[in-house]
Amino acid sequence: MRKSIKAAALSAPLLLAATAPAMAQSVDERVNELFASSTGWFVNLIFSPFPGTSFPWIVAWLVIAATVFTLYFGLIQFRAFPHSISLVKGDYSDPNDAGEVSHFQALATALSGTVGLGNIAGVAVAVGIGGPGATFWMILAGLMGMASKFTECTLGVKYRNEFEDGHVSGGPMYYMTKGFAERGLPMGKFLAVLFSVFCILGAFGGGNMFQANQAHAQISGVVGDYPGWITGVVFAAVVFAVIVGGLKSIARVTEKVVPFMGVMYVAAALVILGMNADKIGWAFGEIFNGAFTGAGVAGGMVGALIQGFKRAAFSNEAGVGSAAIAHSAVKTKEPITEGFVSLLEPFIDTVVICTMTALVIIITGQLIQDPNTGLYLLDEGASTIQTVDGNKGVALTSAAFSSAFSWFQYVLALAVILFAFSTMISWSYYGLKAWTFLFGEGQTTELVFKVIFCIFVVIGAAANLGPVIDFSDAAIFAMAVVNIIALYFLMPIVKKELNSYMARLKSGEIKKYS
Amino acid sequence: MSNKIVLGYDDSEAAKSALAFAVSLAKAQGAELVIAHVLEWSPYSFLTPEEIEQRHKRREEELKRAEDALLAPVRKSLEDDGVTVSTELQYGHIAETLIDVIKKSGASHLIIGRTGHSALSSRLFGSVAGSLAQAAPVPVTIVP
Repeated sequence: MRKSIKAAALSAPLLLAATAPAMAQSVDERVNELFASSTGWFVNLIFSPFPGTSFPWIVAWLVIAATVFTLYFGLIQFRAFPHSISLVKGDYSDPNDAGEVSHFQALATALSGTVGLGNIAGVAVAVGIGGPGATFWMILAGLMGMASKFTECTLGVKYRNEFEDGHVSGGPMYYMTKGFAERGLPMGKFLAVLFSVFCILGAFGGGNMFQANQAHAQISGVVGDYPGWITGVVFAAVVFAVIVGGLKSIARVTEKVVPFMGVMYVAAALVILGMNADKIGWAFGEIFNGAFTGAGVAGGMVGALIQGFKRAAFSNEAGVGSAAIAHSAVKTKEPITEGFVSLLEPFIDTVVICTMTALVIIITGQLIQDPNTGLYLLDEGASTIQTVDGNKGVALTSAAFSSAFSWFQYVLALAVILFAFSTMISWSYYGLKAWTFLFGEGQTTELVFKVIFCIFVVIGAAANLGPVIDFSDAAIFAMAVVNIIALYFLMPIVKKELNSYMARLKSGEIKKYS
Repeated sequence: MSNKIVLGYDDSEAAKSALAFAVSLAKAQGAELVIAHVLEWSPYSFLTPEEIEQRHKRREEELKRAEDALLAPVRKSLEDDGVTVSTELQYGHIAETLIDVIKKSGASHLIIGRTGHSALSSRLFGSVAGSLAQAAPVPVTIVP
């Protein structure tokens, strides 16, 4: 210590260099502490387990909802799958409507909001805690979530607002108010307000802080450790330029690059799987074994299940209500068609992309197994599985991909930044819609929201992973609590639309163009 | 054989030369002129959430602008000139949409101006005039 003071006295620049990181580190720590202490109660409420078990009620809530919608609509996700693809291809689009938002565009935009760090970092968290078995539950949750998405997006379009000046928007808050009024049910307005509050929190949490946090983790993994608030400020400035400054060009470039990144990510995963083709059978064996026995993972089989379902819901947002906002602006005479299109989202997001991440992590041997028993070794706290180099979150995925191609960490860093950015842009929109529902449309109120949104980017990048991921999950799942209640009450309306549409499709009244 | 001529029209200089040529041809043949303007659009492009929200409104504005600023004045001046004329305003891929217009109207001749895109994008993706010369179902006249 004395030595360094001496040195500093000799050289002023050296002193600056020594104290700046220390100060910055303490800013990060303070942000983290404040954040953890102020959001802890909310996180505990959402994730409290059923009495006497370790099973969080919120996970059961999502699983039951997805099961109910799957059964109520007669396995719609499988029945309507081919028709959904046909709709996205534009087979049923009236050429005279060219120039309006197409099904493909609505799907692509909604996907760029959901395909993001959930698919890269979230999956790593799931298999890092729940073991390979978590993958099985994640895929199952993805398949079932397709029915939830179908329900909410149909309603989103049906009860959207078409404003006098021609712009169109909607979301759960509008089907809650209008749909409940139409069915003569009370409490619609109350649910809508509650949903909007949670949606704003979700926009700050999973749609923002989690993204900034993991983007920072990825960047510092590549260039070396540095304080998180720096990443936060840079990100916030760019987000500010887009959502406040109206710098559409950045957003447009991102929207164009993100789909290619997604395709490239899946392609890279497929190449790695191809290189390890002999281990694919083993990997699926681990996934199935882990799913039902939970051997050697934190929390056993239930732990695997909880992680799988949690990360799937966080990634594809089925039942959360965000997609209903994204899809509601599409031009279609039949709201149900947008429901069909949206059910492809959890499939692409979870069943395809998340599964790729999980398989690559498993196949490249990132999770350390006991060589004698084949069980996964837990780290000291017994809360996560030991990994090569102790990676978790996005670093684990990065290590898995880099073990095959060392340069892939740079591509992944770029993908993470772009995914994080496009997810932030999407969620700033969702949050804004909820905000204007509560406070009315107007430039000043909108500006207030956007500025707060940018501040949370900095907080998210500066805080630790633990508190951020907890709050992000809690906020997004809180949206699902309210949204799913509304979906239960409004699902007969969707059923009526479905029956009418299917009958007309069968009779040939609705037919393909050209 | 029908006596209709389709003219692919926009606000470029080449399009104006093509118009002059088409008018003289239509007068000489006593043909009807179909003036088509295509707003370039792909249903497979990517939009931000805000753009999606505003899309319906923008579309109305774009259609109105094209009609008021581009098509209506031409139609008026040609009608005053005694040429039988109709207009088509559509969204889509320019070459494909013009071919659709030809088929639908039963025209026997297509006239287009030569320029449009920059040299680089024409090299990469082929020019509209080039693809129409190859794919149109009727004789094509490309006016420099």
